[in-house]
Amino acid sequence: MTAQQPLSRPGATRGGFSSSHARLYAGMAAGVLLIALPLFTLMQLALSDDSGSLTHVVSTVLPQATRETALLLAGVAVLTAVFGTGSAWLVTAFEFPLRRVLAIALVLPLAMPTYIAAAVYVEWLDAAGPVQRFIRMLVGAPTAAAFPLPSIRSLPGAIFVMSAVLYPYVYLSTRALFTMQSASLIEAARSLGAKPARIFWRVALPLARPAIALGVSLCLLETLNDIGASEFLGVRTLTLSVMTTWLNRGSLEGAAAIACAMLIVVIALILVEMLARGNRGFTSSVKRPRAVAPKTLKGAQAIGALSFCATPVIAGFIVPATFLSIQAMQRTVRGQIDPMIFDALLMTVLLAGAATIGILLLASTIAASQRLLGTALSRGVARFAALGYAVPGTVLALGLLTPIAFFDNQIANLWRAVTGERIGLVLTGSGLAIIIAYHARFLGIAIGAIENGYARISPHLDDAARMLGRSLGGIRRDVHQPLIRPALGTAALLVFVDAMKELPATLLLRPLNVETLATLVYADAARGVFEAGSLAALLIVLIGLGPIMLIARANRSEPADALLAASAATGDAKARDNPV
Amino acid sequence: MLHRPFSRVLAAAAFLTVSPPAFAQTGVVNVYTSREPALIKPALDAFTQATAIKVNTVFIQNGLEERVKAEGANSPADIIITVDAAKLVNAVDLGILQKPSNMLTEAAIAPSLRDPEGRWSAVTLRSRVVYASKDRVKENAIHYEDLADPKWKGKICIRSGQHPYNISLIAAMIAHHGVEKTEAWLRGVKANLAKKPSGGDRDVAKDILAGVCDIGIGNTYYVGLMLKDKDQRAWGEAIKVLDSTFKNGGTHVNISGVGLAKNAPNKANAEKLIGFLLSDQAQVMLATLNEEYPVRAGVSTVTTEKLFGPIKPDSFSLIQIANQRKKASELVDQVGFDQ
Repeated sequence: MTAQQPLSRPGATRGGFSSSHARLYAGMAAGVLLIALPLFTLMQLALSDDSGSLTHVVSTVLPQATRETALLLAGVAVLTAVFGTGSAWLVTAFEFPLRRVLAIALVLPLAMPTYIAAAVYVEWLDAAGPVQRFIRMLVGAPTAAAFPLPSIRSLPGAIFVMSAVLYPYVYLSTRALFTMQSASLIEAARSLGAKPARIFWRVALPLARPAIALGVSLCLLETLNDIGASEFLGVRTLTLSVMTTWLNRGSLEGAAAIACAMLIVVIALILVEMLARGNRGFTSSVKRPRAVAPKTLKGAQAIGALSFCATPVIAGFIVPATFLSIQAMQRTVRGQIDPMIFDALLMTVLLAGAATIGILLLASTIAASQRLLGTALSRGVARFAALGYAVPGTVLALGLLTPIAFFDNQIANLWRAVTGERIGLVLTGSGLAIIIAYHARFLGIAIGAIENGYARISPHLDDAARMLGRSLGGIRRDVHQPLIRPALGTAALLVFVDAMKELPATLLLRPLNVETLATLVYADAARGVFEAGSLAALLIVLIGLGPIMLIARANRSEPADALLAASAATGDAKARDNPV
Repeated sequence: MLHRPFSRVLAAAAFLTVSPPAFAQTGVVNVYTSREPALIKPALDAFTQATAIKVNTVFIQNGLEERVKAEGANSPADIIITVDAAKLVNAVDLGILQKPSNMLTEAAIAPSLRDPEGRWSAVTLRSRVVYASKDRVKENAIHYEDLADPKWKGKICIRSGQHPYNISLIAAMIAHHGVEKTEAWLRGVKANLAKKPSGGDRDVAKDILAGVCDIGIGNTYYVGLMLKDKDQRAWGEAIKVLDSTFKNGGTHVNISGVGLAKNAPNKANAEKLIGFLLSDQAQVMLATLNEEYPVRAGVSTVTTEKLFGPIKPDSFSLIQIANQRKKASELVDQVGFDQ
């Protein structure tokens, strides 16, 4: 959806520089600073690189890694687009058994870390796992070599695992469109006698194209920047070269150079995609959009719809969650529960909660400045802020390490000069460094979600409010705030769930004796016993359910739909957290 | 307006997450470890019990050295524990270690297992060996060089060549035979692989159990740990550990090691902890816990040796091997080992 430009810019025409202006610019400055500091650190490192790492990578792993990365991304793109869009369309346009349950359940895999899903599937589907053993028993094959079956540790396996947990990004974004945007068009097509399939291909799909593109690009960034699952499943992406350059060849500079080169390619690809898409978009009417009335399916059609929507939920949530539940129960019974888990639970909620509040404040200010100021600068800031999501998390965390430690030392030295006492490092010694890192990483997601809330508010409302003498702050408070509340809810959900799962920055920047659920899960995986972290992994998923339900309750209408309409309404913007 | 209440909550939340900085308190020692702390916790607890010094830990698998360096003069880190000698060598290069007044040069620890200037020392040893199917492989010993022998064609499993454990083994091969011979060897091993490198060392054992391959490369302690675990015993029982050595050398070993941070705020306590980790008591404890070998001469562990026999570590020093890692990693890319 492209937002209509406000007919006039309240800020510009009123002249003067109010405190609202100051707040908007302060927010923009903070956003830029958050992203610029780590990126600048990385660029500085990259420019000082004389290790020849980039040349080595280009001449040795690039051809193969590019091919493998391209196939992986293409596979993930197709699967997430088909299942994300298809399920969103089915639960919106049709009534069939379990539809309401599925409408919520389809979001659940969002909370499942990719490397956990990968480990579970390897456990069950690999050569020594129960499935292949059973098949070999049936055919009477003594060994896997005598009766080779496809391995989950392979490129197709990686495509499957990644898609199974990432498709909700597409589901959320397209669901928004189908629910809110196309109701009148779909109903018009129905009244003209178009068959459901024709409506999907000729009306719904073309409308959803931008949302699909945006949702898919988010899945692709996640896939490209993944490290744990790819390595485990034996897929060599270029991101792994960043890690090996740093860790095995001892060149942080070289790693930064490769990461920067990759970032440039990612930005270029997204620019091309944006240009190709042009400004094609569908502006919303002033009228409040409403949901399409679902058509009831019967018999084979109902079963078909049910199975299509259940498939990704089973693959991305039920299978891994079942494994984790069994393991967690066994360990609880045996009394092998990590006593740290309760502290970690509290810490996780605290860190993710604090980050969500801060990110929402900052993101809503940046999104508001884009709306109210409408300048190239404000748009640029919003796009720039999304770059934190376009680099691998470890790389971003390393980029943040130096500036955060610098500030920390300045504070410590100042304190010592003034009071004569040593206070140590305040930012990394507390959870603040982690919270800052979450801001850098997830700011773009929140801005995108809130922006999309704005896109659904007619600019005419701004004009009307301005003519009635409202100030910038007044428009924000009295006009925008109530209308974008669902968008804020979605932004909060996405940021909170992503922050709970966040691993590389949390690992690198946390204080002594502090664990989150994600670091506990990872600690077990690092020892080669990921199943020991089952309870912690399960808790991440369960806590993720909280905000989902909260949003559902906050919306008055039918819970399942209200939740997804609300979250989905802004979901396509989430994908806008793409760079640029 | 969202601002005011929100910022209050934010302030409260931020305050709650601020734990008092563990800095220069008496009776504390701060450990930054790239080894998962649960693996050493019983030993740390024993230290606390003996000395009343509280041990604070943070597990940072990658980026530990970078963090200590960035934290600089105000870093709370007293002790650095790693699972790879290369990280300690890197820590020396970054200038974040200092020489403790005790222990690290003492003769009880072989010179190949510690920094010549005493800035770090190995604490425990693990060897990287060849696992083999009990049913399908007759041999009980093997030279690493023979992994390139075509007789193993389609029979070898291994995790990513770029994994630090494998990089270290390949670096040792370079130290023994030079770059060219190692490259040929690596191509030979690659040609023998049953499947593309993936998974972890345990998956190698599982693949041997399932019959995907007959032999594989992994660390010894995984076998011990698998045998201890009810659910994993079958994997461990399917394999035997071959007596694996270089043709003119010993078994490839790596370490978990310890160093004293340059700006350690609790230096005296840190030195006590280092001394403790190298003591007979802790050596036995750590080795038994994780099926590793002690580094202190004269300390022996019953369980590990019963499983894998006494260890004959390779003679090259860990530093010599660490120096070849960059080349090893480049070779893995050049021969397309992981592709």
